[in-house]
Amino acid sequence: MNVSTADAAFVEFDRVQKSYDGETLVVKDLNLTIAKGEFLTMLGPSGSGKTTCLMMLAGFETATHGEIKLAGRPINQVPPHKRGIGMVFQNYALFPHMSVGENLAFPLEVRGMGKSDREAKVARALDMVQMGAFANRRPAQLSGGQQQRIALARALVFDPELVLMDEPLGALDKQLREHMQFEIKALHDRLGITVVYVTHDQGEALTMSDRIAVFNDGRIQQLAPPAELYERPNNSFVAQFIGENNKLPGIIEEFDDKKALVRLATGELIDATPVNIRAKGQQTLVSIRPERVEFKPEMMPPGIHRIGADVLEVVYMGDIFRTRMRVAGSEDFVMKCRNTIGQRKLTPGERIEIAWHAEDARALDPM
Amino acid sequence: MVAIETSGGEGLRGGLLTTADGKPLKQALAHAQARARRKALLLVVPLLAFIVITFVVPIGQLLFRSIHNDGFSANMPQISAWFDETKAGDAPDEAAYAALVADIAAAAEARTIGVVGTRVNYELSGTRSLFTSAGRNAEDLEPPYREALLDLNAKWGDPQLWGVMRSVSSAYSANFYLAALDLARDENGDIVRAPEDRRIYGMLFMRTLWLSALITGLCLILAYPVAHLLAVLPLAKSNLLMILVLLPFWTSLLVRTTSWMVMLQEQGVINNTMVALGLVGNESRIQMMYNQAGTIIAMTHILLPFMILPLYSVMRPINPSYVRAARSLGATSWTAFRRVYLPQTLPGIGAGALLVFILSVGYYITPALVGGASGQLISNLIAYHMQDSLNWSLAAALAALLLAGVLILYWLYDRLIGIDNLKLG
Amino acid sequence: MKKILTLSTALTAVGFAAAAQEVTVMSWGGAYTVSQVEAYHKPFTAETGIKVVSVDADNPATPIKAMVEAGNVTIDVADVEYADAIRLCDEGLLEEIDPSILPAAPDGTPATEDFLPGALTDCAVASIVFSTVFAYDTTKFPEGPTTMADFFDLEGFPGKRGMRKGAKANLEMALMADGVPADEVYALLETDEGVAQAFAMLDKIKADTIWWEAGAQPPQLLADGEVVMTTAYNGRIFAAQVAEAKPFEIVWDGQVYEYDLFVIPKGAPNMEAALEFVKFSTDTQRLADQAKWISYGPGRKSSGALVGLYQDGVTEMAPHMPTSAENLTNALASSYEFWVDRDSELNERFNAWLAQ
Repeated sequence: MNVSTADAAFVEFDRVQKSYDGETLVVKDLNLTIAKGEFLTMLGPSGSGKTTCLMMLAGFETATHGEIKLAGRPINQVPPHKRGIGMVFQNYALFPHMSVGENLAFPLEVRGMGKSDREAKVARALDMVQMGAFANRRPAQLSGGQQQRIALARALVFDPELVLMDEPLGALDKQLREHMQFEIKALHDRLGITVVYVTHDQGEALTMSDRIAVFNDGRIQQLAPPAELYERPNNSFVAQFIGENNKLPGIIEEFDDKKALVRLATGELIDATPVNIRAKGQQTLVSIRPERVEFKPEMMPPGIHRIGADVLEVVYMGDIFRTRMRVAGSEDFVMKCRNTIGQRKLTPGERIEIAWHAEDARALDPM
Repeated sequence: MVAIETSGGEGLRGGLLTTADGKPLKQALAHAQARARRKALLLVVPLLAFIVITFVVPIGQLLFRSIHNDGFSANMPQISAWFDETKAGDAPDEAAYAALVADIAAAAEARTIGVVGTRVNYELSGTRSLFTSAGRNAEDLEPPYREALLDLNAKWGDPQLWGVMRSVSSAYSANFYLAALDLARDENGDIVRAPEDRRIYGMLFMRTLWLSALITGLCLILAYPVAHLLAVLPLAKSNLLMILVLLPFWTSLLVRTTSWMVMLQEQGVINNTMVALGLVGNESRIQMMYNQAGTIIAMTHILLPFMILPLYSVMRPINPSYVRAARSLGATSWTAFRRVYLPQTLPGIGAGALLVFILSVGYYITPALVGGASGQLISNLIAYHMQDSLNWSLAAALAALLLAGVLILYWLYDRLIGIDNLKLG
Repeated sequence: MKKILTLSTALTAVGFAAAAQEVTVMSWGGAYTVSQVEAYHKPFTAETGIKVVSVDADNPATPIKAMVEAGNVTIDVADVEYADAIRLCDEGLLEEIDPSILPAAPDGTPATEDFLPGALTDCAVASIVFSTVFAYDTTKFPEGPTTMADFFDLEGFPGKRGMRKGAKANLEMALMADGVPADEVYALLETDEGVAQAFAMLDKIKADTIWWEAGAQPPQLLADGEVVMTTAYNGRIFAAQVAEAKPFEIVWDGQVYEYDLFVIPKGAPNMEAALEFVKFSTDTQRLADQAKWISYGPGRKSSGALVGLYQDGVTEMAPHMPTSAENLTNALASSYEFWVDRDSELNERFNAWLAQ
């Protein structure tokens, strides 16, 4: 899905700022529109402002400045219970004194729905998460994954158009987490709801999202679909935060729209794509994904600059070999090669030459 | 027994699980655990002994005293024997009077005649001096003893006196419980209500329960917001506030009560302030002490921490996301409080209410100092009978009734809310 | 004979040396205890070397039963009221004190004849005569109430009253206020009608009365302005009047006076020292000395002549004594026979009345 045009805006943050203490801004000038039916993830380290944004959207925090709109209507003054937004909390927040069925019936009850309608809807929601047999259990009698499903069902049972999820899978083990990611995504596709999802796990974000907003220091650093974010990070923070990256500091020797020539501290020249480069002689940080580094000359694009590398360590990881090398004085340069038949094996101490496509190396702002 | 596959060290013999060397598994387990159990028992022995000595034994003694008083029977053996041989309603003959005189003379000699008189006096007022004066004159009494005693005081012929002596000739009696319930026995031994100007305990029991309930309610209303505030504030701030809550705990009860006296009395701080502000006239100062108001105000303050602490300990771990979840699901803040927050604090409310209620039912220093006449509780009367009238059996009966009342409440609480829901902190 | 005497003296001396050099005396606290410390305790310690530990109670008679029955007697001497002394003695809770061991008067009159009538009983030796009177704040009533009846007259003398929480003395005062002559009070109180009459009188002021328990409370209540008049032990009011210059005035009309006596609980830990203390404290000079400190009359005839000035050196004590002639015009000697017998019954009734 790729809807992000302003006229389809379902949720809109318009120049939103938030400060708790009146001295520092936790959220700085946030502008974001989310389309109806979109799965948007707010990704960032803790303290980056992503959860605060979610809480402002839910109505538990008030924006210090700016406006938040839902379906075109400003909701700054609307109390949480009138926003009609479903929410899944980090710790699930299932009411411990109510059974699973009562938990699910709660949002329907406070909306004044009749008993029979309520029961039908609760049963349907439980079936949706394959928990139909658990209506009479107490939350404490359920496993973490089961509680997660119930929390999901409760957030969906009253048919909200927007569902917020605050690190909902954080407490689950890896396997269950991956399974639930799949299920949430499937539910999203089936129900056509809009989801705003907060996480600090980039893998989760990349798997599930239509678009990801990378937060740092109270700002959105980049807002893009997963592939674009991964392959074309806008700045060093995003490049570092999403996936593994090699970084080589240097100075811009020459550049045009398509290509830049960067001189490294040790004197070598390399090719890169200029991203936020303004002038010759500017400091830059070149970022290259480990799996895009080539060491076989036949795979290298013609005319590209090569650079010498000393193999320090080769780790067998099953599907790939992870090779650590000394490149331009830095000892943590990593290259990943697929474990294919006939793949040439490198040995520590070997000296090789490496290169990459200029499009795969991005000359970014120095950090 | 579940059939299991035999493998390795465990075996199945005759339907019993066995260990590798053929011992029944249960027996082996019991043997293995016996040592640990003995050790564990040894560890709790000091506590067990302490509880038995300081709690079970005194309460047992209290219950025993409430039905047992041998003040008469132990010191008047001969007349007690005469009562045993005859039946109720038999007129005392010369042998009875002779036994009575002999007992009185012996008791006077042993300086226990006062005890005898006091025991009879509990049942029939105004009889103590009959015994003590007869004791002083015992040596001069000569047969026929009936005439001699009647000469001394005509009351010795009173059938009611003989009825009472017959009833106290047994050390065991339920009469103290009757007295504690404002009941008495008439001449025929039937249970009747005490004369109106003597009825006091029933009314005091009711007042004690009512005031305790009121104080508990006030404590709850005052403590709930405070505990909530303590629970949601950042730890550094809430710790500071907690010290303020606990401060009264570290102050002597007497000091706190006396400070309330300074505050509440007619020429006290509150009244002076109100007069200075012109809220009340100098002539119409409000009486806030030496009445029920004093008891209620001072006890509510003193018992407040006992409500705050259990509430706080229950509220602190309640994650704010519960209320947020409820709000996001469409509940107004009141509904979220009522349906989601309040039910989760019930264990704290139950614990605090039970604690405050039970403490206030037994309070006596504070009501004694600030309660005047109308603010007295049943415990003040128990203290009175322990310390002033020295009628320990009646005090024990009153205390036993109070204990029974508290146990009934405890049982009710268990039935309604469940004692496992109690959380004291 | 002389030999035996010497021997016994020696034995006594050895006894003292072996026993703890301490005697614990329980009394009523406040100005009264101060007077005892000054007149008895200090000279006793100076003469015998035995330390006197002073303990206070609202009524020293009350802990005795608990102590004796529990077998844990921690006090050696207690200062109690007459009815309590008789009652405790009858119940075997006190040691008997042989009056012949008490010191004779300076002129040689034996103790048994020197003490006032009734001041010696099987288990107790009277030290002083005290009185329950009522006192008022002269700033509130410059003219002042003058009779017992005025105490019950809320219209003529509006304001809060203070009374001891208990039946004793209150019932007598109520009847005297109702016009019953002092010598008919107890005869009337023996009847149900008399008791009812007394309570009816108390009913008049019940709503405006603050009930005190410790003897130190009434002068405090008066000083705080919590009450305008209160019943009190006369010595406490005297102490506030003279030592603290409080504007209080005693009304002697309708006073109820009685003895305070020394008793020794059964099984007192320092029996010998306790007996020595009682002997020492009740001799002619000590009893007269106590009157230097508080306005209670000495229990010995021979002490009367020695009573002089208050310790300030200017206040003549005689007019402040309950036993002085002008204070006895309408006075009642408390009847221990009546109270020993009726105490529990009337207090029960009083408590019920109070709680209603």
